[in-house]
Amino acid sequence: MTFDVLLQQLFNGLTLGGMFALVALGYTMVYGILELVNFAHGEIFMVGAFLAMWTLQFLLGSGISSVWVALPIALMVSMTGAAILGVVVERVAYRPLRRAPRITILLSAIGVSIVLQNAMMLLGGRDLQAFPQLVGPEHAGMGLTGLSTTAIQVGGATFQVVQGVIVVVSVALMLGLDYFVNGTRMGRGMRATAQDPGAAQMMGIEPNRIVLITFIIGSALAAAGGTLAGLYYGGIKFNDGFVIGLKAFTAAVLGGVGNIRGAMLGGFILGLCETVLVAGLDVMGVPEAFDYKDAITFLILVAILTLRPAGLLGRLTAEKV
Amino acid sequence: MGGRHVVVDVLKILATLLVSFAALVVGLKIDKPLPFIAWAGACAVGGWLITWKLPWLQEMIWSTFSRRPRLSALIAALLLALFPPIFVGVFHQPYWVHAATVAGLYVCLALGLNIVVGLAGLLDLGFVAFFAIGAYVGALFSLEFKEVWWATWLAIPLCAAAASLFGVTLGAPTLRLRGDYVAIVTLGFGEIIRIVLNNWDSVTNGPKGLFGIPAPRIGSWSFASGINIGGLSLGSSSAYYYATLLLAFVVAALASRLDDSSIGRAWRAIREDELAAGAMGIHARNYKLLAFACGAASAGVAGLLFAHLQTFVSPESFVFMESAWILCMVVLGGMGSIPGVVLGAVTLSILPEKLRDFEEYRMLVFGACLVLFMTLRPQGLIPARRRSSAREP
Repeated sequence: MTFDVLLQQLFNGLTLGGMFALVALGYTMVYGILELVNFAHGEIFMVGAFLAMWTLQFLLGSGISSVWVALPIALMVSMTGAAILGVVVERVAYRPLRRAPRITILLSAIGVSIVLQNAMMLLGGRDLQAFPQLVGPEHAGMGLTGLSTTAIQVGGATFQVVQGVIVVVSVALMLGLDYFVNGTRMGRGMRATAQDPGAAQMMGIEPNRIVLITFIIGSALAAAGGTLAGLYYGGIKFNDGFVIGLKAFTAAVLGGVGNIRGAMLGGFILGLCETVLVAGLDVMGVPEAFDYKDAITFLILVAILTLRPAGLLGRLTAEKV
Repeated sequence: MGGRHVVVDVLKILATLLVSFAALVVGLKIDKPLPFIAWAGACAVGGWLITWKLPWLQEMIWSTFSRRPRLSALIAALLLALFPPIFVGVFHQPYWVHAATVAGLYVCLALGLNIVVGLAGLLDLGFVAFFAIGAYVGALFSLEFKEVWWATWLAIPLCAAAASLFGVTLGAPTLRLRGDYVAIVTLGFGEIIRIVLNNWDSVTNGPKGLFGIPAPRIGSWSFASGINIGGLSLGSSSAYYYATLLLAFVVAALASRLDDSSIGRAWRAIREDELAAGAMGIHARNYKLLAFACGAASAGVAGLLFAHLQTFVSPESFVFMESAWILCMVVLGGMGSIPGVVLGAVTLSILPEKLRDFEEYRMLVFGACLVLFMTLRPQGLIPARRRSSAREP
């Protein structure tokens, strides 16, 4: 593998990793508080992408095309919408089942996934929907303007401006979350509830409020990930949530499920693994290595769970009898 | 027990099954949405009445069935054998025979998954992979030996063996994991199998799949030429229907024998508390692998039949939604309960056909129903009587 290829895959992996990490955070936070795999989380990502797409299309239609104005508005709308959706899903599908067997909650979550996918298919269409892109000034009105679209050349590798946007936005959101969890009163309440819900409640922390905040933040971050993914891939489809949900879950497990910094690390590692491994296989002469990229992710997941079930940053807790 | 009791029991079983069978036939016959909703409502009210308002009736039905399981199975088989003549000969709707065949395949799959999830308590989200293995092995075998009529039948044990081999291989890494992790790893395996089928062009022909799978033959008679009794031609779908019915009954019988055996007891013990089961001398690893193998074997044979019924196989039949769908059948019917799982499989495979009038809204309606059902009746339609109300899946 030449150095240029490696560098290029590092850039791509970082971009991908930022998106994975944003979605993985939602999984890990909900699991930390409720010990529940929120199976519908990938769909929240997809709904967030659709909300951002519609907002951007509306803004472009009304003449606002500057990326500095349109993108923050779109992020805000999609994150707010997804947060509301996340809370509704928790209320309708998870809260009534909090004491039920796990499998019941899982099926309820699968039901939510089916509903959200089909609702988006009916609202947004069956096909890949075009997501507004960054464009140069000569195409004003057809996309987001205000940022140079000439890619930055680093040696033989190219670093797209949109990749920079994704890395910056996702890292900023993650730093914000890290501060919220470790530096604020509410974040302390969250950590306390994750550690011992009963004791936290006795200290005056309302568990349902913490669950609510967890779902709000997790869903908003997933929607941000969806917006960035739409910007990166240039399109969004109603069933895109499933695969990214699985990958984000893998990232969360990789970092140690329940561990917030672990999920960030896991997201970036998974993104890098995927791009670098695929490129490596390609260089080694495996035909159509790209087609197997999802299989590679799952193999990583299986390997991690068998070799180090607690994840990279997680601590193994002894089973209570 | 005197002879009179047998006659009374036969009458009781016959009456119950006849009422259910008649309800099923009527429900399938109705093709307008509004009458169908009325019919579904009537069924729901009937079920509710029997469960909550007439406990003596429920007890009587239950005790009769559990006293004479083989007799009830025989009567049910005889009634179900009438299905093709009714729908082809009387109503001229062979489509429903095909739908019933698919329902039968789902019954086999759901019964297989029930061993893994309902009895052994291992949450498997990639179950459709074993169905895929069976379908591809069966298809490749039948295509390779087109001239030999018994090749298809020889493929039955082969498919079962291949699927259980994969069951054990894929089950092994999950042995040390708990609940949710087992679910995710099996899900990952299901996807890996599908991706490999999708990309291994030289063997599986990639996304286009394998086609031209010959109809199963017995000597010179082929499934494609259909069943002709006297002047009545039942069409080729009836041949597949009877084959599936036979398979479903064999799987149900094996599952129920396993359930009642010491193996079934060991599975339930592991499900309830693996540590305690280990302390009682149950080797959890072997029993878990056995559960994966048994479940996979039934899915493998169902896959073989599916491949021949469709005459082609392609990776898109084996997506994650199928696994979730089969799991829904198990949980909807009542985990660990064989009559429940059968009812769940039949309901969930027929209902979408009936909801076709809602067209593109049907999956939306279905998803909402799933959430509603899970929050209102998490224990399933016919809960297993031996199942405790433990928290773990």
